[in-house]
Amino acid sequence: MSHNPVQSFHPRVHEAIHNPQIRANFRKAMDGLMDKRLAAFPSDDDLQKMRDLAASIRLRALAKLPELLEKLEANLTAQGIQVHWAENGDQACKIILEICQRHNAKSVIKGKSMVSEEMELNHYLAEHGIDALESDLGEYIVQLADETPSHIIMPAIHKNTDQISDLMHEKTGTNKSRDVEYLTAEARQQLRERFEKADVGVSGVNFAVAETGTLCLVENEGNGRLTTTVPPVHIAVTGIEKVVENLEDVAPLLSLLTRSATGQHITTYFNMISSPRKEGELDGPDEVHLVLVDSGRSNIYQDDELLDTLRCIRCGACMNHCPVYTRIGGHAYGYTYPGPIGKILMPHMVGLEDAKDLPSASTLCGACGEVCPVRIPIPKLLVRLREESVAGDKQHDNSMVRGRGSKRNTTETLIWKGWAKMHKHGGLYRIGTGAATVFKGLMPNKIGAWTNCRTAPKLAASTLHEQVKARQLAQAKVQKEQQKSEGEA
Amino acid sequence: MSQARNAILGRLRHRRDGALTAPTSDFSVVSNKQWSDEEKIDLFQQKIESVHAEVHRVTQDNWLETLKTLVQAKGLSDLLVPQKAAVGQAIRADWSETLPELRSYDQPVTEWKAELFSGIDGAVTDVRAAIAETGSLVLWPDQDQPRLMSLVPPIHFAILDAHQLKNTFYEVIVSEGWASAGMPTNALLISGPSKTADIEQTLAYGVHGPKELIVLIRQ
Repeated sequence: MSHNPVQSFHPRVHEAIHNPQIRANFRKAMDGLMDKRLAAFPSDDDLQKMRDLAASIRLRALAKLPELLEKLEANLTAQGIQVHWAENGDQACKIILEICQRHNAKSVIKGKSMVSEEMELNHYLAEHGIDALESDLGEYIVQLADETPSHIIMPAIHKNTDQISDLMHEKTGTNKSRDVEYLTAEARQQLRERFEKADVGVSGVNFAVAETGTLCLVENEGNGRLTTTVPPVHIAVTGIEKVVENLEDVAPLLSLLTRSATGQHITTYFNMISSPRKEGELDGPDEVHLVLVDSGRSNIYQDDELLDTLRCIRCGACMNHCPVYTRIGGHAYGYTYPGPIGKILMPHMVGLEDAKDLPSASTLCGACGEVCPVRIPIPKLLVRLREESVAGDKQHDNSMVRGRGSKRNTTETLIWKGWAKMHKHGGLYRIGTGAATVFKGLMPNKIGAWTNCRTAPKLAASTLHEQVKARQLAQAKVQKEQQKSEGEA
Repeated sequence: MSQARNAILGRLRHRRDGALTAPTSDFSVVSNKQWSDEEKIDLFQQKIESVHAEVHRVTQDNWLETLKTLVQAKGLSDLLVPQKAAVGQAIRADWSETLPELRSYDQPVTEWKAELFSGIDGAVTDVRAAIAETGSLVLWPDQDQPRLMSLVPPIHFAILDAHQLKNTFYEVIVSEGWASAGMPTNALLISGPSKTADIEQTLAYGVHGPKELIVLIRQ
């Protein structure tokens, strides 16, 4: 997979922070989303109970994951939906390509799917002569711009109306306009033609219900319904963790998902698909496929602590509330999933060798963990991955994290080794601190990135030990003199 | 790819940190929501209007007149109507030539895709149930009222009987026994007209589906 090289992480962040347009677009959008979410949960008591319930539903599904996946497969197969398994994105791409080729498909229409972004499906299909067009308006805009989504729920959030108007004018010939209704209506027309002609529809899945063999899709636009209904073939693609046990589990998850994501009490459409077109039915695809993708998920599954990563229902609330995401936007991260969830997920997908800067790109303020509808302890997982990136190969004997230890550097290791030794041996400590005090004048004013925007800390004229000792001596002297004067009196 | 299947399931089965214990779930926070019949209608209307749907409270006697007035006011030239459902039969039995032409979805979509996509102004469907808490219509499309009927035409008229209102989605699933009865090809919740906020968070309606959703509640 051709992910952006991580060497560019810091320059990307620098660029984003100094781009006033990016800063303004994200600040405005995230402020709005935080307010809307808050208004959607008028009772904190209910919210906390809902979060407990949702967390239990996701944990229950994970506890029974292999059984539920088999049950899902058995039910879907019995109802006529063909199930495929892929170890990674490349395998999933191949499966989808084969289905397309079997139908001589030239044109694929897509509903929004982050898993398809993860495996760079559009690119793969294009290489094989198949044109895949995104139909979610935000994804369509991003595709016109030849970019990737900057937010998992609102892919084009980094652009403002003027930028979108210019883009559509340049790429599709629409008039330049600040009228969002006009731009939306034009996009509808452009996409309708493509829906009519599409040979295959590709969608994601929000919840896959094992009990009934049902694929659930959450959306506002109706493009997901068109994608899964109009073309003769529908291919749904999803991560193996998206399964839930029972149909009733879906109700609270849906309620939390839409409210956490955008503050909507529900989305316009909740689309539940359980079979291809049955005899006598007049629309719907003749063939439905589900591609289950692993891509590192079964690896995350091995570890009791990291497992919580897989609870995620992809609402995006963690990024909406993240002070880092709000300032740098989604593209600076350089990976499919940005923000806090991306920081705990991408290291498993691409390995810490590449993603080692992600767990550190956080202030650990805790906002992500507080708003997560399924109570993923994101800050705790960030700390764990920081540890893994520096010493995962030493501290966690059987750690499964790819690229563990790859952030360790010799200087830092030596400094901390010395530090630990000094604190274990009193003599060494006194010599060390004494020497530092004597030579404090040699300390540079610039110490790495820290002093780019801060003043370097200065060592005190004497060490704490020396000061305490001096104080004790002074006190003893005072006491002695007091006793002396009392004796004379 | 049974090789991939076996490898993935194998890894999940032989977890390094051992088997997991499934927690139980307390659904009381979603199952204890109940409103009176009148409250349900009010809540449904408030919620679905808040997402730009249009609601008319009608009776069993005057709903058809209201529908006629609406389709004329909207200036529709044709209207897709079910053939078998009671709603469709009532419309067909009492329609006049001065009103929009009644059309039927009576052939596979491939036979008339172009016309359905650009030549039909509106459609009428009934609903299976509705949800007060979220202002949602529940539809199970079938041969008589196919999936695209409530999606492709620019205006969707939905006819709802007040007694079909349930408190919550959870109640619909449980009280109607969806899981045990088996799910249809496609089940839908519809809450308002098609919308997007993908351009600078500005709401726009009718991006892919209907621009207008008009609900007649028959009391």
